[in-house]
Amino acid sequence: MAGKPKLYYFNGRGRMESIRWLLAAAGIEVGSSVLKKTNDGALLFQQVPMVEIDGMKMVQTRAILGYIAAKHNLYGKDLKERALIDMYVEGTRDLIDLIRVHHKFSPEEQEKNLALINERATARYFPVYEKVLKDHGTEFLVGNQLTWADVQLIEAILMVEEKVSTVLSKFPLLQDFKTRICNIPTIKKFLQPGSQRKPPPDESYVVTANRVFNRK
Amino acid sequence: MAGKPKLYYFNGRGRMESIRWLLAAAGIEFVEEFLETREQYEKLLQDGALLFQQVPMVEIDGMKMVQTRAILGYIAAKHNLYGKDLKERALIDMYVEGTRDLIDLIRVHHKFSPEEQEKNLALINERATARYFPVYEKVLKDHGTEFLVGNQLTWADVQLIEAILMVEEKVSTVLSKFPLLQDFKTRICNIPTIKKFLQPGSQRKPPPDESYVVTANRLD
Repeated sequence: MAGKPKLYYFNGRGRMESIRWLLAAAGIEVGSSVLKKTNDGALLFQQVPMVEIDGMKMVQTRAILGYIAAKHNLYGKDLKERALIDMYVEGTRDLIDLIRVHHKFSPEEQEKNLALINERATARYFPVYEKVLKDHGTEFLVGNQLTWADVQLIEAILMVEEKVSTVLSKFPLLQDFKTRICNIPTIKKFLQPGSQRKPPPDESYVVTANRVFNRK
Repeated sequence: MAGKPKLYYFNGRGRMESIRWLLAAAGIEFVEEFLETREQYEKLLQDGALLFQQVPMVEIDGMKMVQTRAILGYIAAKHNLYGKDLKERALIDMYVEGTRDLIDLIRVHHKFSPEEQEKNLALINERATARYFPVYEKVLKDHGTEFLVGNQLTWADVQLIEAILMVEEKVSTVLSKFPLLQDFKTRICNIPTIKKFLQPGSQRKPPPDESYVVTANRLD
């Protein structure tokens, strides 16, 4: 079924943001639907994100990302490259998830979480990707063209920088990577005002999310 | 590089169990190195064997793979358990992410206080009977073959049978309203590789007990 993929989520980053990033990087235009309530038979496990794409109502963030990556040549050329991409995106996923939930915490917990984000970024994840770039010797994490792994890493880098602006100070190759990837035309466009990229969570985001998900 | 895959984890289910299930279902023999002391774990770290300083880690085909989903995806693709095309892959991915969420509720159960465990048990039961099992019951009904996707065993079936058995250990009557899942369970458990895995002496691990908690905490 032709037509733009349609994203069902609320008007914020949350779990949908990585999907917006990947579609944007692939140059795929999207239509959006902003959710009012979540009790709808269109949601396989009663959850969003949900993306209507190619006749399917896809749920589960990783499933959606994997489908988009495979369909748009962002998943490597063979099983071994896929394995590397999967390892790398699972790593950046863990880092992104630390930031994704940050706004839900009390100010005291946020202070601890910020320290954890900084520690994980600078001691666990970024050293790995710095080394991959060093050893691999191309512009990209895997193979010699853009893959899902690169897109999710640039998303993670920018998210961490919003919290810790100097986080890349000890990672020169990641700094170069950031510059290069942000200059790719589709990504450059996504980073400009007016794109479908969402801002970081603020007060009204928390209120809406709680209302949609029926949280106390 | 030939040779059996080697699994690095502690001697318990945890995040590695799904990998044991999938390898067993595929008929792949594997060996295990059990982490029992902090020193073993630190040696792996120092050797640079753990990409993100975490286990599970599986040495397979010349790689030191980490991240449970990455490992499972590789095994599934390599052993023809990932469907025949992109659309089947998409369905399998959706289904395994669903059962992953259910398995994760049970995986952490032993870490809770008795009071929290009571709440968690109710949540496990609710999610299984109101969110996940109705979906798979309907998939089997609509799909009309013996399997969740296509017409042969896939990763989705293996992870579902793992989830069913895990929930049944906590709520023995959980399949009472799901006749197609009951048939599914019987059929899948009779597949020779899986039947073998379910017999005593296999590499399947028992549910967490006291000593498991102590060992895991020591490594942390």
